[in-house]
Amino acid sequence: MNVIALLTQGLEIIVAVAAAPLFLGWINQCRAWLQNRSAPSVLQPYRTIQKLFNKDAVIAANSSALFRVAPYIVFGAMTLAAAIIPSMGTRLPFTAAADAIALVGLLATARVFMALAAMDSGTAFGTLGARREMMVGFLAEPALLMVIFVASLISATTSLPAISEHLTTEAIGLYPSLAFTAVAFTMVLLAENGRIPIDNPATHLELTMIHEAMLLEYSARHLALMEWAAALKLFNYACIGFALFLPWGIAAGAAAPNALLLAIPVLAVKLVLAGSGLALIETVSAKLRVFRAPEFLATAFLFAVLGLLVHLLLGA
Amino acid sequence: MPVRLWWDLAAPATQAAGMRRLTVDAATWVRAAEEFAAADAHLLALWVARAPNQEGFLIRAAFVAAGAGLILELPIADCDPPYPGLEPFFPAASRMQRAAYDLWGLRATDPDRRPWLRHAAWPEDQYPLRNPAVMAAGTGISEAYRFVRVAGDGVHEIPVGPVHAGIIEPGHFRFSIVGEKVLRLEEHLGYVHKGIERRFTDFPILEGHRLAARVSGDCAVAYAWAYCQALEGMVGMRVPARADWLRALCLELERIANHLGDLGALGNDAGFAFGLAQFSRLKEHLLRANEAAFGQRYLFDTVVPGGLHADLSQSGAHTLGDFLSRLAPEVESLRDIYDEHGGVRDRFVGAGRVAPELAARLGLIGFAGRASARGLDVRIDFPCAPYTDLALRRVTRTAGDVAARVAVRFDEVQESCRLSLHILKSLPSSVHRVECPPPVQGAFGTGLIEGWRGPIFLALEAGAAGAISRCHPHDPSWQNWPVLEHAIIGNIVPDFPLINKSFNLSYSGHDL
Repeated sequence: MNVIALLTQGLEIIVAVAAAPLFLGWINQCRAWLQNRSAPSVLQPYRTIQKLFNKDAVIAANSSALFRVAPYIVFGAMTLAAAIIPSMGTRLPFTAAADAIALVGLLATARVFMALAAMDSGTAFGTLGARREMMVGFLAEPALLMVIFVASLISATTSLPAISEHLTTEAIGLYPSLAFTAVAFTMVLLAENGRIPIDNPATHLELTMIHEAMLLEYSARHLALMEWAAALKLFNYACIGFALFLPWGIAAGAAAPNALLLAIPVLAVKLVLAGSGLALIETVSAKLRVFRAPEFLATAFLFAVLGLLVHLLLGA
Repeated sequence: MPVRLWWDLAAPATQAAGMRRLTVDAATWVRAAEEFAAADAHLLALWVARAPNQEGFLIRAAFVAAGAGLILELPIADCDPPYPGLEPFFPAASRMQRAAYDLWGLRATDPDRRPWLRHAAWPEDQYPLRNPAVMAAGTGISEAYRFVRVAGDGVHEIPVGPVHAGIIEPGHFRFSIVGEKVLRLEEHLGYVHKGIERRFTDFPILEGHRLAARVSGDCAVAYAWAYCQALEGMVGMRVPARADWLRALCLELERIANHLGDLGALGNDAGFAFGLAQFSRLKEHLLRANEAAFGQRYLFDTVVPGGLHADLSQSGAHTLGDFLSRLAPEVESLRDIYDEHGGVRDRFVGAGRVAPELAARLGLIGFAGRASARGLDVRIDFPCAPYTDLALRRVTRTAGDVAARVAVRFDEVQESCRLSLHILKSLPSSVHRVECPPPVQGAFGTGLIEGWRGPIFLALEAGAAGAISRCHPHDPSWQNWPVLEHAIIGNIVPDFPLINKSFNLSYSGHDL
């Protein structure tokens, strides 16, 4: 039992860290197909990371130690987050220490360090990006928390594995409240991961960037870690979504190792579908004006509140 | 008195249909400019040339209004006080005068005396066009450019460029912003100053079209044609009718290619990458059709003195005709997608608005001008052959925002497709090229061609033994760059790339 729990925990972290760039590659490939372009290989993000690790780092002369440690903190926070999200099994030793609210805090920590590091070198673009990132963040976090509260109310716990377990073991029923919150969560996911319509990960226009603007001063291994952490963040968000809205197929409870083995292909199928869905959303939308981001995220919050009301009023 | 009367006074300058030349004194120079401005004339160009006697200099300014084109010449000697600047009447003149000072050392009376084209490539007391021989090496030290500062609570600056995150031409933009709102934008250009005007004098006059085509590569046909028009005007020759028609075909193909590229880029800048993929595909097909028809994707060196480099073959005409008849409906369906996409509309409508009054005051020109109710289209107002025989529809809008410029571009693509197909159908059969003799020393000619961006003006003077003594190519970007500074005011910083792309002005054609 203990061995299996540790095995599950180890597997979750390894799969998340290893497969995150692949998930990003898959989204990029789908985007290219939907735009009638010939697609880069799904392995392209790995090549980029490898290339960056083989370069010499250039660091702005007037930056402090914060600038250098931030990539490790951000990457560490994302890895830790991967450890407490039940993507394949629910018996995770780490989750005793951290529930869903702590997870939101962990993501916020990464954001704060990223923003501080962006401002550290004192360039206009870093500050611009950090400022916009904090604006998006402070609008997205309440919506994300509200999404988690709805799921928590349904299963009477804030522990993510317990929520997933509750939702999988219940007889399959329709929760209208979760349908509303799923919409809200998707919107938060787009905003938090710098995807269209809030940010454009493919842009080369420094004045319009949010996430990329914060990374402009980074190079080599630091940039590789930041890029990897961004891919991991997207992977984590997808897994939070699965845990809350599509928990079926994960090894719930004290499951045997073979249930865990089955959970891997199930996760892969979910990621493939989620990736193509994301690519579709990104292809059919244009980027919003920066000042429309509050409207977008307020809508997300509103959907989450609707979900909460539906749950309280209808008990479903 | 109206422009027409000034025109009646003037002596015909060879070529560029309806363009005349008038030598004036300083007082008349000011009076004429004032009256032209009142008559809503356009300032085409302002440049300096050496006086024929090699003693003094001539400040030249070209204007067009309602079917009349006029070049004013103000003779000036070195010892003279600064000549009267035209900025009060034509704000766009300011940068032209500053550039003229950097290159010739002749000062205008206007207040802005900061260097414009000179960065650090030559010392302040050297003037490369006046005396190329004694040009000292660059100082390497660029003195700080004095940007206009905006003061106030929470106001700060964002310096952008000249090196950008993407691969584009270099230019510096200084934003003064509060939050995300732009209070002021100031451009600093000149980073691609290559000394093209000096380089022209190394070329035999019959070869200069090759350099002209490369002043701004996206207007290769327009510049080469303007050059050839000036040259052919000097020697008083007419090119065969077939060459005229084929030149017009090339010009329209160039217009379509650039509009297609920019329409895609505009979609991309609005985060709608689908548009970029589709328009890039169409543009690439057009470039391949160009190659099949003329042997040149971007039609470099297709227009040559005396006609065209090579005739359009039967098969080439077929390829082009086939493609163009398929292109028009495809562009129309993409236009529907742009028009009906809520997100794209939201980005385009109201962004970067240049109201018609502002456009008139600042002298906005070209297709951007036509999107702000400025009607000038050289193909209609100063038609050279074959535009005299082609019933071209004028495309205008009044809103002056990004959406209006996009609409004008879409309309012009359709109009150019229609025109090109018409040209292909009714091409006169004659030779495509005749020999162009070299002009006599001292001959002066001008060319005026509506490139895709706006009117491209070129003044050419012949030197001894078939050389070029002076060639001044003028890009409409000179007039439109300052307007961009106004278009962005009150918009938010992240909308700048979109607004900038909707104009897509030339750096190379401006910096020379």
